[in-house]
Amino acid sequence: MPSFRLVERFAAFLLSANFIQAHHVERKAGSPQTALRKARREQQLISKRLLRDDASEEAEGGCVAMILGETEIQHFLRLAQQGTEEKERERALVSLRRGLQHPETQQTFIWLEGSMRTLVGLLTSNQALLQLEAARCLHELSHSEQSAVAEACLPATSYLLTYLSGHSSDFIELCLYTLGNLIVESEAVRRQLLPQGIVPALAACIQSPHLTVLEALGYALSQLLQVKEAPEMIIPSVLGSTLPEHILRLLQPGPKLNLGVAVEFAWCLHYIICSQVDNTLLISHGGLSTLGLLLLDMAGAVQRTEDTGLELLACPVLRCLSNLLTEAAMEVVGGQNQLEDERVVAALFILLQFFLQKQPSLLPEGLWLLNNLTANSPSFCTSLLSMDLIEPLLQLLPVSNVVSILVLTVLCNVAEKGPAYCQRLWPGPLLSCLIGTLASPDIEVVGQSLELLQLLFLYQPEAAKDFLQQSGLQVLERHQEEAQLQDRVHALQQTALHQ
Amino acid sequence: MQLPPALHSRLAGGPGAAEPLPVERDPAAGAPPFRFAARRVRFPREHEFFEDGDVLRHLYLQDVLTQVTEAPERPRVPEFTCQVAGCCQVFDSLEDYEHHYHTLHRNVCSFCRRAFPSVHLLDVHILEWHDSLFQILSERQDMYQCLVEGCAEKFKTSKDRKDHLVRCHLYPADFRFDKPKKSRGPATPGAAVRASAEAPGDDGEQSGGDAMEVCSEHAASLPEPVGERRTSGHRIPSTICFGQGASRGFKSTKKKKGHQ
Repeated sequence: MPSFRLVERFAAFLLSANFIQAHHVERKAGSPQTALRKARREQQLISKRLLRDDASEEAEGGCVAMILGETEIQHFLRLAQQGTEEKERERALVSLRRGLQHPETQQTFIWLEGSMRTLVGLLTSNQALLQLEAARCLHELSHSEQSAVAEACLPATSYLLTYLSGHSSDFIELCLYTLGNLIVESEAVRRQLLPQGIVPALAACIQSPHLTVLEALGYALSQLLQVKEAPEMIIPSVLGSTLPEHILRLLQPGPKLNLGVAVEFAWCLHYIICSQVDNTLLISHGGLSTLGLLLLDMAGAVQRTEDTGLELLACPVLRCLSNLLTEAAMEVVGGQNQLEDERVVAALFILLQFFLQKQPSLLPEGLWLLNNLTANSPSFCTSLLSMDLIEPLLQLLPVSNVVSILVLTVLCNVAEKGPAYCQRLWPGPLLSCLIGTLASPDIEVVGQSLELLQLLFLYQPEAAKDFLQQSGLQVLERHQEEAQLQDRVHALQQTALHQ
Repeated sequence: MQLPPALHSRLAGGPGAAEPLPVERDPAAGAPPFRFAARRVRFPREHEFFEDGDVLRHLYLQDVLTQVTEAPERPRVPEFTCQVAGCCQVFDSLEDYEHHYHTLHRNVCSFCRRAFPSVHLLDVHILEWHDSLFQILSERQDMYQCLVEGCAEKFKTSKDRKDHLVRCHLYPADFRFDKPKKSRGPATPGAAVRASAEAPGDDGEQSGGDAMEVCSEHAASLPEPVGERRTSGHRIPSTICFGQGASRGFKSTKKKKGHQ
C-alpha cells in the first residue's frame, strides 16, 4: 500500500549518505556509534553491563589490579576455601576478583582445572560474604567479550536462578546483572537457562520492592527478549506468565515511578510488542491506557524540566504505543481500549519539541506515533487543528527529509478527511511551506507534497488559485521530466489551470 | 519549535476527545495517478527505522558504569554484631549484614537448623524431611515436587526427582539444594543436630562449609544442645556449644559424611 512503501523509504533515508548529518546521532567514523550501527545491521547488537562498586575499590587501597597467573589464582582459591580466618578468606577472594578484571586473568582462570568448581562451591557456601565475593568474581567473568569466558560460568546458573527467590537485595541484583550478561552471550547459554526456569524465576522476583533489584531484573529480561529466537522461544512463555501485568504495573506513572526501572521495562515491552506475538493480551491488561498516561507524565516532566535522560524512556514508549495502535483490537470503534484522549496529542508535541532540542534523531519515531494517531481518527485530526498544532508541525519541515515526509504524511491524514478539515489548513502558512518542499531535491519529499496538494485542490478549490498566484506552476514544472512524479505533476497542473 | 501556550494548560486539564469535524470524502482523493491512503504503520523488530533509537539504548547500557558510581552512598558504620543469638559475626556495613542475615538466619528450618536460600526450598525441605505424613503419602503417590519454579511435576522418589532435574532442567547432578535424606524418620523437633550436608563427591575439595549448614539458634526456642547426634566418624568437640555465640558454622570444616 502506498503510504507503507513511503514509510519504508523513510527508513532507507536513515542509511543514505544524503542524510543530513547534523540532525542525527553522530556518525563519525570509528566512533562507538559507528560500531553499534554496524553491529545492528548485522543483527549482532549486544551490550553487557558491568556492576562495579568503585567506592569499595578505593577502600581496598586503590592500587591497580594486577594480572594474576596460575599459581596466584590457585593460591587465592585455596585460601578462600581453606583459610582459617574469615577475613583472610574474604581478602583472598577480593584479590581474585580484582585480578579477574583483566582478560588475561580470566583466560587463565577458566582454563585452570577445578577453578570454576571451587568458585561455585564458594558461591553456594554458607559464608555470606564469601558468597558475595564469589558472585562478584562470576560477574566479572560474565562481562567478558570472549565467549569461552562467559560460557565458563554455565555451571553456576542454576544457583544464580535459585538465589533470585532469596531476600538479599544486593546479592540478587548482582545475580541478575550476571544473568543478563550471560543471556546475550550465545544461544547455547539460553538453551540451558530456559529449561532451568529463568522465566518463572524472573516472574517471582519481579515482586521485589527493591528498586535496584527491579532495574537489574528489567535489564536481564530486556536482554532475554532482545535475542534472535525470542519471538518463538521466549516471548510466548513470558506472555503466559505474570510478567506482563507486573511490567505494566511498574510503568504506571506517579510518585513511585523510577526512571531507571521504567526505562528497562519499557524496552522489555517494546521487544515484546514489536515481535507481534500476542499484543491483544497486552491491550487487555490495559497496556494502552498505561502507556498513554505515561506519555502524559513524561510531557509533564519536560514541562518541569525534570527531563534528564527522559529520551531513553520516551523512545520505547513511543514505539510501543505506535505498534499497539496497529492491532486489530484497535479497530473496534468506541471500544474500552481506545486511546481517545486529546491530551496525548498535546503531550506528544511537547515531547517533539524536547526531541528537537535534545535528541533530533528521535523525531521520526515521535512523528510515526502522530501518524498512527491521526490516520484513522477524525477526532485526533480535529485536535491538531483546534489546538493550533499545524504551524508547529510545519516548523519541523526543515529538520531532515525523513522528518519532512512524515510531517507531510500527517498533514495528508488531516486533509484526506474532507472539506471541513482542508478549510482549516488553507489559507495559512501551509502554502509557502509546500512551495518550499516542492523545491526539495528529494523525490519522496516532492511526491508527498504532490499528494497533499491533490487533496487540498480537491477539497479547497481556492487553494489552487492561491497556488498559481504564488508561482506554484513554475515549481511544478521543474519535475515534469521526473518519471516518478510526472503523472501527478501533470494532473495537478491540469487541475490548477482549470480553476 | 514554538508551541501554543494553551497547549500546556490543555495537558493539565482533564481527559477528553475533540468533537470531530464532519468527514466527507471524495472518491477522487488518492485516486491514480495519486496514491495516498491514510494508514497506521507498524514496524517489526529488526526494521532499520529503529536503528537510531537502538543505538541510543546501547550507548546507555554501555555507559552504565558511570551510573553505578552514582548509586546511593554506602556509609560505613561502626562495627556491630549480628543480633541473632548464637551468631557472633561482625559487620561494618548494612549491606553485608543484610546478606548475612538472609543467607543464614532468614529461611531456617526450625527442626534441624539448616538454612536455605529461599522460602520455597525451606518449605520443600520441611515437607520432605520433617513431615511424617509426607512419608506415608509418598508411599502411595508421587510427592517429591520438582524444585524449579513453574514446573508442576512430582515424583515417587527423590532420586527420580533428581533425574528429572538433570535431564529436563539441565541442573547439575550435585545440585547443593537437593540433598537426599539418608535415614528414615524425621528429626525430633528442636533437636540441635549438627546437620552436615554431603560433600559433592570430591573429597579433595573443600568448600567454605556446606550450603545447608548453620549454627545459629534463637535463644527462646533453644533446647538442650545435646539431643541426637548422628554423626559418623567425627564428633563435635565438647567445647563447642550451641547457643553460646559459637561461630563454628563459619569456620571451615573437614567434609563430614554426616546424615540426618
